[in-house]
Amino acid sequence: MSNVIHAIETAPDFAHYPDTTGHFGPYGGRFVPELLIAPLEELSAAYERYRNDPEFQARLDSDLKYYVGRPTPLYYAERWSNRVGGARIYLKREDLDHTGAHKINNTMGQALLARHMGKERIVAETGAGQHGVATAAVCARLGMECIVYMGAEDVRRQSVNVYRMRLMGAKVVPVDSGTRTLKDALNEAFRDWAANVDDTFYIIGTVAGPHPYPEMVRDFQAVIGRETREQCLEEHGRLPDALVACVGGGSNAIGMFHPFLADTDVAIHGVEAGGDGVATGRHAAPLSAGRPGVLHGNRTYLMENDDGQIMPTHSVSAGLDYPGVGPEHAWLKDTGRVIYAAVDDDEALAGFHTLTRTEGIIPALETAHAIAYAERLAAGMRPDQMIVVNCSGRGDKDINTVAEVEGMEP
Amino acid sequence: MSRIARRFEQRRAEGRKALVTYITGGDPGPDATVPIMHRMVAAGADILEIGMPFSDPMADGPVVQAACDRALAGGTGITGVLEMIRAFRREDQDTPVVLMGYLNPIEQAGYLDFARAAAAAGVDGVLTVDLPPEESDELGSALAAHDLDPIWLIAPTTSAARIRAICEQGRGFVYYVSLKGVTGVASLDFDSIQTRVQAIREATQLPVGVGFGVKDGVAAGQVGQLADAVVVGSAIVSRIAAHADEPAALLDAVGDIVGELRAGLDGTSVEMAP
Repeated sequence: MSNVIHAIETAPDFAHYPDTTGHFGPYGGRFVPELLIAPLEELSAAYERYRNDPEFQARLDSDLKYYVGRPTPLYYAERWSNRVGGARIYLKREDLDHTGAHKINNTMGQALLARHMGKERIVAETGAGQHGVATAAVCARLGMECIVYMGAEDVRRQSVNVYRMRLMGAKVVPVDSGTRTLKDALNEAFRDWAANVDDTFYIIGTVAGPHPYPEMVRDFQAVIGRETREQCLEEHGRLPDALVACVGGGSNAIGMFHPFLADTDVAIHGVEAGGDGVATGRHAAPLSAGRPGVLHGNRTYLMENDDGQIMPTHSVSAGLDYPGVGPEHAWLKDTGRVIYAAVDDDEALAGFHTLTRTEGIIPALETAHAIAYAERLAAGMRPDQMIVVNCSGRGDKDINTVAEVEGMEP
Repeated sequence: MSRIARRFEQRRAEGRKALVTYITGGDPGPDATVPIMHRMVAAGADILEIGMPFSDPMADGPVVQAACDRALAGGTGITGVLEMIRAFRREDQDTPVVLMGYLNPIEQAGYLDFARAAAAAGVDGVLTVDLPPEESDELGSALAAHDLDPIWLIAPTTSAARIRAICEQGRGFVYYVSLKGVTGVASLDFDSIQTRVQAIREATQLPVGVGFGVKDGVAAGQVGQLADAVVVGSAIVSRIAAHADEPAALLDAVGDIVGELRAGLDGTSVEMAP
């Protein structure tokens, strides 16, 4: 592709992306088998209609308030900040959302949309299990059928979340193909949707996939950034100097970043999973060490070999263990608006312990990547400066993994 | 006239339907493919569709995904598949060959380099499963520059307006996917196939192939009554999987199923044109 990477001469108006065909510059789009084109057009039309429908929005706002528990606090992590000795670090407490992560902001919105479209069978993919749990919860609440595809390897390392999904009535289907992780679960969920398009709605859990998913999931998650912006202005009379969030597919990050993209004084940092270290090749950091390609319905940065085959990924955190990334992140990288970096497994584990010990908040291993990076960033900043970290999920699901990695009994 | 068009014209003149058979290139190993291609032709295949292995074939079911995994484990990528086709062409200059695959490996190879190499190897058409017409300008020009036919899929969910737009871009034949779902699962609904094929015929003069879900000679005969060609993949690939470690038995099993499909198809043609 000769046109994949352009030089950006003037900053684009990020609020107006994607374009009507679902492109963020050269990224995004709708690369799917013909069978899925009509269902995606139907979804786009329904989303366009309901996103502007006051009744739908009022129902969603009410659910976000009374069921999800929004707004979430913007918490000053004072002891941790003092220990680091640089900028003041605030946590946007998405770990306090119902089911323990930001994922439910999106599943609530998509499940309501499914109901308005008359589709009562829900399929979803999940990696760490957080999106699966958030989907299972809203399906239980709305009385919808729920099938969750999950890589067999992830079923093993996230057994608590598998049990939670089953308790809430979801059918969890382990996926044995390919690398038996998140990407293979996505393949299976697409296959199920293709076979059952008439009555089935596919709730994608991140800002990837074919148009309109990257836009729709971003819009449902942007409540994080809107609240953060208001809280900063109301409680501190100013915007933060920097934002930090972890990036797997990138939904918590884009949700936090998007309302700040036009605020050019706010530095924005996305943190990928460095696994054993980016130099080893065993990681999940396509923006840091991949190149553009097409997978799962969109053009974006991928981890792939010279033949265009998707590479196995590695991360201690199942939720970041994905070889692609949302197309808007690819665009934000190329335009330079967001700085992307990688944090490896060891640093992330250190971040996990730091936050747990200094604040009594156990972060998800995904979130721990952002914590570790924020510590690095804050150390080089002044005490009158302010960083907001998206504390995207709680770490209860990960305590067995941490104990296993560190050779301890939980 | 392209090899594909010529083959359809020959079959039409004979009152017969065309049999299109799919295998994944490099399955079960890199040395297997060329002999399988020749055996399929000997058993009555008219057009060979050769899959370019991809790690994440999301439009395919478990049978083709497993074939991709075997091929990739044996080191076959686009370059390897093109070498196989070049080898096949040394002995067979008549049978059309269509490449089927996913966009990413083609994109990494580079559209123009890919089209040049495919044409040089003796490929006649290219079907890219996850590339809709809206995104296809660049690859379309590259294929056209090397006289390769773009083969398009039409699905049960495709609107009439879209069928017309797709057929305008198509060459060789158009391929109606007769089932919702992925390759190799569920069963056929002949009434709905008939309705949809009729809608496609109103939009184009191109031959219409029907595939996804044809498992045996009987189904091939029935589908053959509705279309110009029948496309069969998983039924052949599952024979390959069953005999992956026995090269001679593998060739016989492939020959048997392709022969059965041919007989089913020709039986129908005889009934249709007494």
